[in-house]
Amino acid sequence: MPRAQTNNSTLLDARALARALQRMALEIIELAHGTEVLVLVGIQRRGVELAARIAAIIEEKEGVRIPRGAIDITLYRDDLELVGPKPVIGATHLPGDLSGKHVVIVDDVLYTGRTVRAALDELADFGRPRRISLAVLVDRGGRELPIQADVVGETVKVRPGGRVDVRIEELDGRDEVVVVEGP
Amino acid sequence: MTATLEKDLVGLEFLSAEQIRLILDTAEPFKEVSERQIKKVPALRGKTIVNLFFEASTRTRISFEFAEKRLSADTVNVAASGSSVSKGETLVDTAKNLEAMRIDMVVMRHGASGAAQFLGNRIRSNVINAGDGKHEHPTQGLLDMLTIRDKVGRIEGVKVCLVGDIMHSRVARSNLWGLTKLGAEVAVCGPRSLLPRGIEQLGVRAFGRVEEAIEWADVLNVLRLQLERMEKGFIPSLREYYRVFGVTTERLERAPKPLTIMHPGPMNRGVEIDSRVADGPHSVILDQVTNGVAVRMAVLYLLAGGRPELADAAKGGGSE
Amino acid sequence: MTRPLLLRGGRVIDPRRDFDQTADVLVVDGKIAEVGPGLTGPDGADVRDVRGLVVAPGLVDVHVHLREPGNEDEETIATGARAAVAGGFTAVCAMPNTDPVTDNQAAVGFIVRQSVRAGLARVYPIGAVSVGQQGEQLAEFGEMVGAGAVAVSDDGKPVVSGHLMRTALEYARTFEIPVADHCEEPTLAAGGAMHEGLVSTRLGLKGIPAAAEEIMVARDLLLADLTGGHVHLCHMSTRGSVELIRSAKARGVRASAEVTPHHLVLTHAACEGYDTHAKMNPPLREPADVAALREGLKDGTIDCIASDHAPHAYDEKDAAFDDAPFGIVGLETAFAVAHTELVLGKVLTLPELVRRMSTVPAVLFRLPGGTLAAGAVADVCVLDITNPWVVRSAEFQSKSRNTPFADRELVGRAVLTVVAGRVVHEREGRPTR
Repeated sequence: MPRAQTNNSTLLDARALARALQRMALEIIELAHGTEVLVLVGIQRRGVELAARIAAIIEEKEGVRIPRGAIDITLYRDDLELVGPKPVIGATHLPGDLSGKHVVIVDDVLYTGRTVRAALDELADFGRPRRISLAVLVDRGGRELPIQADVVGETVKVRPGGRVDVRIEELDGRDEVVVVEGP
Repeated sequence: MTATLEKDLVGLEFLSAEQIRLILDTAEPFKEVSERQIKKVPALRGKTIVNLFFEASTRTRISFEFAEKRLSADTVNVAASGSSVSKGETLVDTAKNLEAMRIDMVVMRHGASGAAQFLGNRIRSNVINAGDGKHEHPTQGLLDMLTIRDKVGRIEGVKVCLVGDIMHSRVARSNLWGLTKLGAEVAVCGPRSLLPRGIEQLGVRAFGRVEEAIEWADVLNVLRLQLERMEKGFIPSLREYYRVFGVTTERLERAPKPLTIMHPGPMNRGVEIDSRVADGPHSVILDQVTNGVAVRMAVLYLLAGGRPELADAAKGGGSE
Repeated sequence: MTRPLLLRGGRVIDPRRDFDQTADVLVVDGKIAEVGPGLTGPDGADVRDVRGLVVAPGLVDVHVHLREPGNEDEETIATGARAAVAGGFTAVCAMPNTDPVTDNQAAVGFIVRQSVRAGLARVYPIGAVSVGQQGEQLAEFGEMVGAGAVAVSDDGKPVVSGHLMRTALEYARTFEIPVADHCEEPTLAAGGAMHEGLVSTRLGLKGIPAAAEEIMVARDLLLADLTGGHVHLCHMSTRGSVELIRSAKARGVRASAEVTPHHLVLTHAACEGYDTHAKMNPPLREPADVAALREGLKDGTIDCIASDHAPHAYDEKDAAFDDAPFGIVGLETAFAVAHTELVLGKVLTLPELVRRMSTVPAVLFRLPGGTLAAGAVADVCVLDITNPWVVRSAEFQSKSRNTPFADRELVGRAVLTVVAGRVVHEREGRPTR
């Protein structure tokens, strides 16, 4: 939908998105030195769907079932006080004790890093993984905390005020990543 | 447009159906928090909450205390006896003192109807009514509704009958408001001397005999009968009450369908309810207790903080 | 020696003589000298132009609580008398539920002296029916009347014992004073904070059923019939009471009844939100009760309006509904409320209202005033019945502010009040010299 004063550009179309996920899956397998202790945890909401897709890709390649979970980080946000009305809290469910596992957090966009910080705090309440890594579909820069992604689908620089909209089939009816530049 | 709540939760009478659903839906994820090993989330970290209980209550206060601590808030309990309140300090002065100490939220139980609203009108802190006189006990009404929704799958069209001393019951009033707003059919049952004037005009049926209620209802919410009702002459004796109005296994066996049994607690076994009924397969009394903590966490979460004018900090590009 | 006073060009209403026309009123030596058109006063007279205003006999309120002795922080006889004249009242009767109770000659005399010292509205003491208002032993009616009491009452409380009420009615006949009863069956009303009905159910407050009043009204009417005494029924609030009074009066029972302005205007809906300014005893009731009281006032079943002025300190009313004391002030709003709702509301004519607020109460309690006939005491009020004003409780002459009418726009206000020929109250702007 055209908007005045903004520019939309498609960063990834459906095919590019699928290829990015393929590559990310391979990188995750390498990062985890195989699938033995690998657990994928998606951040609500789109991270969960992306984690499911990546897990399916890995399962096809390696022939093993990858445990996956979802976390909602709303209650761990550092800006809860400032937000009103209160955001809706999604479901959190994790596959058993995370101690000794290699947890790969999956999210759609990495920006300030605050969401990931909240996710790290929340995971700490569920056990002590051997290692935690981060996989994101898009890294748009603009970090406010010292957080980095280990696996990245696509990098793009977007000014503050701009947005990266990730749309996926399961929730939005189509796959694409669009950059909306601000005024 | 998402529903939002006012500064205080005083009762369910003036909440909209959307607001009530918001609280019930928000309670769901909080149920999961209580199942974790570490039953704590930092959502209300740094908030000070006072539990101001002018009437003794162990279970409601403990439930609120768990809810507050699981949200990482700092809690202080003030019980009426032994505090300055019992020395004649007025409610207004108590309110002003709390405000002067910069308390974030007050959970109050008081013997006078309207006390929660009274306090909420005078202090900036959020006020949550944990029971005011005979007026309302909104978190109890909410947890009762959540329990019904979990057990039956919905609230709309469910036939819920409140049994007991309706006249003096704030639980009954909150249930009545909440359930009717969400489309349940509500009835009350009890001795006529304990049914308040005009209750039918509030959209509620009245049954004079508990057998009629059992015949009609899907859910019975059995209220505690207090000893003082007998002392003040509303009913002749507790024994008679049990014989005529008790929810017994014999009466329930004659029900056309299995009834879900609820009770806000604490129970008078052998007065308003048989032990075998309270402990039986259709009783959800313990679920009510579990749901109570989740509902109270949801209420505290939804009411706390929230300064929308600074919400810009939260905006910007998909996730962060 | 007060200067003679000439009130020129007002609409003079004297219900006692069915007089309602434009005329001048001349006051000399504390008495009404003459009423008629085109009067001239003697030299040095204080001449006031009251064209466009109403000149009526000073209003008389037979039921007020002035709190002195005992609760002078809420009101004193002086501040109460000042509130009275601000409201157009030249005489009030003060109920004896003071602390200590006004149940003896010395206490009655104290009130009379305080009234004289204040020099504003005439304050007539009502003595207690029973010693200490304890409901057991008759107080000394004779001594109290001798000291200036005009009636007896245990108001605040009912006279619970039938035997005591009967005895009081019989004994009071000796002194030709009314026995005023606060009609409330105590076991039915106990613990109640408002009218028992749908609103009390919703608010979770214990209610006072209408029957609690009607039972005692019926009892008092039967006892008045039995004894031939004069019973005066205070602050009637229910339609059942009105019916009982109507049929008793038809049988010739010597009963009189009063109603407050708030019971003629407000219903139990005013208690929504737990507003303690709607908490009084008897409570505000249902629209059907208000309608019946208005009808009763119109047809004379209810004889007069009395305010039941009940001052309370602001922090006492600032409490949870159950804990707040009963009562509201009324002297400074009574006429305005009654005029706005009843006269402008076409329930009563203005002369009918003046009759119910001045002429009749004076007759019932055998007080001077209530008329502008030549030779009568010069207790006069001049009323502005055209300019609206907004009630600002902070500007009250009374020490207390507990009114449900705050910020209401009303029509009807005393702009000049005269007691015994002296101007004791006047409002800026009108009337001009």
